[in-house]
Amino acid sequence: MSGISAEQVAHIANLARIDLSPEEIATLTAELDQIVDSVAKVTEVATPDVPATSHPIPLENVFRDDVVGETLTVEQALAGAPDHDGSRFRVSAILGEEQ
Amino acid sequence: MARAELMDFDKALELFEPVMGFEVHVELNTKTKMFSDAPNVFGSEPNTNITPTCLGLPGSLPVVNAQAVRYSISLGLALGCEIAPSSRFARKNYFYPDTPKNYQISQFDEPIAFEGSVDVELSDGSIVSVPIERAHMEEDAGKLTHVGGSTGRIQGAEYSLVDYNRAGVPLVEIVTKPIYGAEHSSPELAKAYVSTIRDIVVSLGISDAKMERGNLRCDANVSLRPRAAAGEPVAPLGTRTETKNVNSLRSVERAVRYEIQRQAAILAKGGSITQETRHWHEDTGETSAGRPKSDADDYRYFPEPDLLPVVPSAELIEELRSALPEPPAARRRRLKAEWGFTDLEFQDINNAGLLTEITETVAAGATPAAARKWWTGEIARIANTSDADAASLVSPADVAALANLVDAGTLTDRLARQVLEGVIAGEGTPQEVVDARGLAVVSDDGALIAAIDEALLGQPDVLAKIRDGKVQAAGAVIGAVMKAMKGQADAARVRELVLERAQQV
Repeated sequence: MSGISAEQVAHIANLARIDLSPEEIATLTAELDQIVDSVAKVTEVATPDVPATSHPIPLENVFRDDVVGETLTVEQALAGAPDHDGSRFRVSAILGEEQ
Repeated sequence: MARAELMDFDKALELFEPVMGFEVHVELNTKTKMFSDAPNVFGSEPNTNITPTCLGLPGSLPVVNAQAVRYSISLGLALGCEIAPSSRFARKNYFYPDTPKNYQISQFDEPIAFEGSVDVELSDGSIVSVPIERAHMEEDAGKLTHVGGSTGRIQGAEYSLVDYNRAGVPLVEIVTKPIYGAEHSSPELAKAYVSTIRDIVVSLGISDAKMERGNLRCDANVSLRPRAAAGEPVAPLGTRTETKNVNSLRSVERAVRYEIQRQAAILAKGGSITQETRHWHEDTGETSAGRPKSDADDYRYFPEPDLLPVVPSAELIEELRSALPEPPAARRRRLKAEWGFTDLEFQDINNAGLLTEITETVAAGATPAAARKWWTGEIARIANTSDADAASLVSPADVAALANLVDAGTLTDRLARQVLEGVIAGEGTPQEVVDARGLAVVSDDGALIAAIDEALLGQPDVLAKIRDGKVQAAGAVIGAVMKAMKGQADAARVRELVLERAQQV
């Protein structure tokens, strides 16, 4: 059973702003399909009495106190950025609206 | 941009029923961010309040701020919500440079608070109960400045500059259910609702709630549906628009009114409403089309694997519940009646965020009128010029002591202002400043009479006029006496004595 369609791959690539050629979409569709099929095996053993797991260890309430710690300097913050202007990151204008 | 056609508001209400919904984002005033120990401070140099976590650098991990969770639970309780026994964070995936991780940590199917309601008071005194669907925790995004293009907006911009100081600031997003039946009061209810949320977070002390700074932001959803004729079933909900960028109470009211009028004009002509976000323009009082709802609104939420569930104990919830302040509407009504203030006087106090200070000053023994006068007058003025919070300058106890010194006649208003300066400068209590600076009113009539006699005899023409019954001439003598007393006399008492002595010298 095919889990992933070429349309889905194109849609997700668009969401992630990744420009894929038709050939790449075809390759990825086949590869992702295989991955999804493999993962789907889990559903064969997961019965309704097995709760969904988002974490392997049953922990909860891991908090920190509201105390200020060390911050980066502007130089450190910008060090890995391709471009900056003064103390701000500079990015190309992205069409579409702010979220 | 062509101006949208608008239908007369009353006409629109005749034909359609407005339905509203609001999303209010509240920035919490914790000391640090939601998931990192970077300072949560407004107005710093760009990119100075950031840690690797704020930038989503490889290897960095989020850790939940305990205080932000407590604040969120308190807010949930104040909104009449249930607190979830267990709630979880989720990733909301989207690709935009205001979030460096390419996702925002939010809550999706397990918000910390749900199913509440908030009583909102309209200007005619009626109470509307606004149903709350949920309140969830999330992190704020960074701030983009668009450069190039004519208006500073994204359209036509050449590039954007990003400041991540705000990225990761704790937010609670409060989502209402659809609000029906507000009819003509819809715009007013919109404003009153946001104002009530502001009162609640201020009284809880969990947000600075300054709308002009974006501490409190409102997205207003509006849709219209045609009125059903008698016997016909109610029409389904119309298509809604979501107006963003509405950052003042007045704008919330105007934006809702505008959308009702705009949508009514389109629908009446047989057109249809596009489901989209719209942007509010404060300058023109209009909304403009933003991004249509599309494939891009596919956020692929999934549980945040780097964070664990938040499971507040029943004890914690009850502790926070018992510490809740009186609901703002009830508190305001009670205080306003007790203090005998007008609506306007009361609004001033509320808008200045001084309700707590004035309450404590009254509790410390000042009259409500004196407490209001000092806090909204001289202290607010000094706070403004020194760019400080009024509450940080002086304690309610000192203000009460100062007001009482004036009432007792020890200080004139003018002297009291000097004493206030001394108190703010750290010279001690009002009484200590009075003693140290020698500022008390000269209440020794002997000293006053000597000065008055001297002034009267020094101005025989004035003396003659006063004796002739021209009491307004006394001003010149009073002035001279006040000067001789270096201002430390009660002008009313001086005037009394001047008129008395004029018949005797």
